[in-house]
Amino acid sequence: MMKKVFAKVYIWILLVILYTPLVFIAVCSFTESKVLGSWSGFSTKLYRNLLTGNMQGEASLLAAVENTLLIAIAAAILSTLLGTIAAIGIHNLKGKYRKAIVFTNNIPMINPDIITGVSLFLLFVFLHISQGYLTVILAHVTFGTPYVVLSVMPRLQQMNPNIYEAALDLGATPGQALRKVLIPELRPGMISGFILAFTMSLDDFAVTFFTRGTIGLDTLSTYIYTDARKGGLTPELRPLMTLIFVIILALLVIINVRKEKQAKKLQSIQK
Amino acid sequence: MSKRSNWSIPYAVFLVLFVVLPLVLVLLYAFQDGSGHLTLSNIGKFFRDRDALSTFAVSVEVALENTAICILLGYPAAWILSNKKYNRSAVTIILFIMPMWINALMRTLATAQLFTMLGIQLGKGTLLFGMVYDYLPFMIYPIYNILNKMDKSYAEAAVDLGATPWKAFWKVTVPLSMPGVMSGVLMVFMPTVSTFAISEFLTNNKIKLFGTIIQENINSSAWNYGAALAFIMLIIIGITSLFQKDKDQAEGALI
Repeated sequence: MMKKVFAKVYIWILLVILYTPLVFIAVCSFTESKVLGSWSGFSTKLYRNLLTGNMQGEASLLAAVENTLLIAIAAAILSTLLGTIAAIGIHNLKGKYRKAIVFTNNIPMINPDIITGVSLFLLFVFLHISQGYLTVILAHVTFGTPYVVLSVMPRLQQMNPNIYEAALDLGATPGQALRKVLIPELRPGMISGFILAFTMSLDDFAVTFFTRGTIGLDTLSTYIYTDARKGGLTPELRPLMTLIFVIILALLVIINVRKEKQAKKLQSIQK
Repeated sequence: MSKRSNWSIPYAVFLVLFVVLPLVLVLLYAFQDGSGHLTLSNIGKFFRDRDALSTFAVSVEVALENTAICILLGYPAAWILSNKKYNRSAVTIILFIMPMWINALMRTLATAQLFTMLGIQLGKGTLLFGMVYDYLPFMIYPIYNILNKMDKSYAEAAVDLGATPWKAFWKVTVPLSMPGVMSGVLMVFMPTVSTFAISEFLTNNKIKLFGTIIQENINSSAWNYGAALAFIMLIIIGITSLFQKDKDQAEGALI
């Protein structure tokens, strides 16, 4: 009994520490004060500013949010396509070539962001590719695809190879067999790979920083970095972060409740 | 089915172009001078650069301390979370991973502001706190994954055979969970050494970590020296990953 109380208290202390800064941002989002941490009375003005886009000279924050989302969506879609095709290929490979490709696939995951960023920066300089949206998306595909490959591979290993062959024997064209048999089997892996690639892209700072060039392209991370270096954060960042936090929390709870329901259904079927 | 192996070709080409070639370029730039002649002077410059050397030492020290604290705090947390007696809900795990979805720079700035408001001077202590705060979930998650998948009957068997629960934990559970700890170390140690921006925010520009020096050199167009510094980091990554005996298992712990 004592042990159980101790374990619970330990977990909750860690959680409180982890969440204090987030709660701090959320609380400060309900006041107008320019400086983070000072309270000048309750107000929802920052939320209204953010939602109506009415920020004096800070419209670039909304542009940064838009860029962040567009880049993350593009990078996640490309990573999922490339990674799924690659996983099917690797699954059918043997020997040295397979080892080499699996090893190389691990490199972007082990390399710290700054190495990935600097090395890609040198690549684009070397090839005289002007940096902007395209280079940032390519860079995000580079660190996102390995996660897709690693999420799809286990699905391929668990799959019964005969059902694909059976579809062909029963007269399906390879294209049909792919669409109707293979892809549905791989879908859960593809979805979790997509989500991983998407969140990695959203959260990235270092790689974007080195591959965005000098055209003034900002994502949320680089925007916050520049903002903080200038001294003083755009106040509207507070409600923005709070909203992101609430949306993600809601999504995670919904996904999880659904998962637990499915698991219970599966259990009752098995019984 | 066999021609399906050809489907790996596009990704193989992609990997050569965007992973292998960039790393070769780091090497190439590291061993060249501004006009393209081969030279060792960039590497030599690092060993004579007092500023870079001391930053390097500080970075490794902070990273070691951060990794150690993350293991000490994270292992018990992962163990409690994976133990059905104490925790039955997956929601608690999600609560630990959640903060990672909020922009790291924003979280760091809020942490720094909280310290300032509490009257705590920004410096080594706040840097370490902020680093632990940022990286703890990366340590908990892989250890939790391994412990969760682990067959609990091994530890039970040890107890049945006369080991105390404490002994069973140290001799059975801990060794079996080492791949999770190793992948946690991999996800905490190198990223800490290479951090930039976060360390400046947490110390009010008093303490720089190695990543900042690389960034400063690249941004001031000193590409060759910047590449040499990146190369030195690559060597350390190589050394740390040598310590990992079973790579597949460690990566399996991540997903």
